[in-house]
Amino acid sequence: MNESPQKPKDIIICRDVHKWFDRLHVLRGVNLTVQQGQVVVLFGPSGSGKSTFIRTINRLEEHQRGTIIVDGIEMTNDIRNIHAIRREIGMVFQSFNLFPHLTALQNITLAPIWVRRWPREKAEQVAMDLLRRVGIPEQAHKYPAQLSGGQQQRVAIARALAMQPKIMLFDEPTSALDPEMIKEVLDVMTELARSGMTMICVTHEMGFARSVADRMVFMDAGQIIEEGTPEQIFNNPQHERTKQFLSQILH
Amino acid sequence: MTTATETLEPPRTSVGVLGWLKKNLFSTWYNTLLTFFMLWVIWAGGSALLSWVLTTARWEVITANARLFLVGAYPPDQVWRVWLVVVIVSLLFGLSGGVWGGTIRTFTMSLAVGYAALIALSFLVFPLSEGFVWLFANLVILLVTYALARDRKTWQRWMIPLWLLAFGVTIVLLHGFAKSEWLPEVSTTRWGGLLLTFMLSIVSIVMSFPLGVLLALGRRSKMPVVRLFCILYIELVRGVPLVTILYMTQIMLPLFLPGDVRIDNVVRAMAGMTLFAAAYLAENVRGGLQAIPEGQIEAALAVGLNNALVILFIVLPQALRMVIPAIVGLFIALFKDTTLVMIVGLVDLLGVGRSVLAQPEFMGLQIEVYIFIATIFFIFSYAMSFASYRLEQALGVGKR
Repeated sequence: MNESPQKPKDIIICRDVHKWFDRLHVLRGVNLTVQQGQVVVLFGPSGSGKSTFIRTINRLEEHQRGTIIVDGIEMTNDIRNIHAIRREIGMVFQSFNLFPHLTALQNITLAPIWVRRWPREKAEQVAMDLLRRVGIPEQAHKYPAQLSGGQQQRVAIARALAMQPKIMLFDEPTSALDPEMIKEVLDVMTELARSGMTMICVTHEMGFARSVADRMVFMDAGQIIEEGTPEQIFNNPQHERTKQFLSQILH
Repeated sequence: MTTATETLEPPRTSVGVLGWLKKNLFSTWYNTLLTFFMLWVIWAGGSALLSWVLTTARWEVITANARLFLVGAYPPDQVWRVWLVVVIVSLLFGLSGGVWGGTIRTFTMSLAVGYAALIALSFLVFPLSEGFVWLFANLVILLVTYALARDRKTWQRWMIPLWLLAFGVTIVLLHGFAKSEWLPEVSTTRWGGLLLTFMLSIVSIVMSFPLGVLLALGRRSKMPVVRLFCILYIELVRGVPLVTILYMTQIMLPLFLPGDVRIDNVVRAMAGMTLFAAAYLAENVRGGLQAIPEGQIEAALAVGLNNALVILFIVLPQALRMVIPAIVGLFIALFKDTTLVMIVGLVDLLGVGRSVLAQPEFMGLQIEVYIFIATIFFIFSYAMSFASYRLEQALGVGKR
């Protein structure tokens, strides 16, 4: 394939991904291809499988049928493949999941030091740069419990970025935050999107989706129902289910 | 002029010592009565006890047998080796207190206070004896190394290896080598008294800790064989009393080993106590492991850590911190349970007490001897409890 600027490479390819929790069929053949640099917003009712789906991309959940290829590496049961893929992907969780026994700085430097084998000085320097980027360098030596929710989530974003991933997954990053803290996290995400990071965000922040998403994907009952640009989705949704869901969350 | 926002002083009778007294001791006429009655009880009991301790009690049973109580049958001309071990401990405590500061400094200072108290006591009983000199030297070493190491943060990484090294050195120093001139062998059958109590508890605590953690992890392993083995081991050991385990290791351990390998009584007792403590420790640690939210592990995997690193850096530090009180409780119980080695023929602190009471000139002094032994056990148990409490406070920094 000829890589021209008009056609960036497909960095995530998911074909016919199925997953069952015991007998419950939660992903029913999800197909999604994401190009490098794209920002994809994944939305849909709770229980529709959005979170489960993005968690299969870095193997926090195992898929039982179908193919997932990340940056040319196919996700198999081989632990080396799984680790290789996880090194390419950063993830941000709804409940932050910062390590409470480590300071903000230590949360960020842990993986670069032990997985990337960077010297401590380099890891700390990169971590401080990232903390400046998310706007809280002065909190470096505090423990998570001493930070506000918005600050914790920004540290979590810095922690994910410290591994210099090519892809960032966001699993409802603002759902656990007080309203006045949502903006500070969305600002960081917007800046990240503008910098060219490939992102998949599960979120219901429609303002964020409208301003930064390249594509919006609507999921329901374990399947992708509809996808398109924010323009198409907001102004001219094709499916009845999409219309109904949007009318519920927008009004 | 009084405004709505002015801060007023609380009424004098509701704060301070007077307020507390009034509220808690003299709030009604019957509380006042009870207060005076209890004061009388405390006074009567306390003065009787004090006069017994100071006048009636025959403490010469302790002072005359001091060496027996401390080291048992350890050869008197080799007791300097025991003192050397104490010196090593003082040295390491001084260094640790200096390089880490904070809570560890509190421990170092508590030890210094303990030494000072012992020095004062031994000055009253055996002024300028050998023990007095050693104690004094220890206090000096503790304070000097503390001053020397103060705020040298770069030395921190050496401390844990040094402590582990000291553990090995202690055992070598106390046991010595066969046919050695400088460090003649002192067979463990001659270890006794507080020395034996200490060695039994320290060895079984240090050895059971890693074993217990491994058992706890094994019990949650995905591999059925490992899991089954760990469950079987834990449940089996927890299902029988320590006494039977001590008997078992005395009789069974030699059967499993080749005929020409002979291990002595004390090592067998240590093995028994280690195996016993490990099973209980595993269950305590498991409690901590279960309390770690799944999200912690997911976040660690997502940044690329492998399973071993996740356990080492994320799961264990949080899990162990949570179960410090339970683990220390277990260690205190283990420390006191060392007295059970009496039944396999070892003479620990309590055993020395019994043999001292069998001496004709000290017949009938049970109260003095047992109060002395109980006091020693209390002091060390309380020290562990205090250390655990301070450690919890210090480590609670990042608590959710």
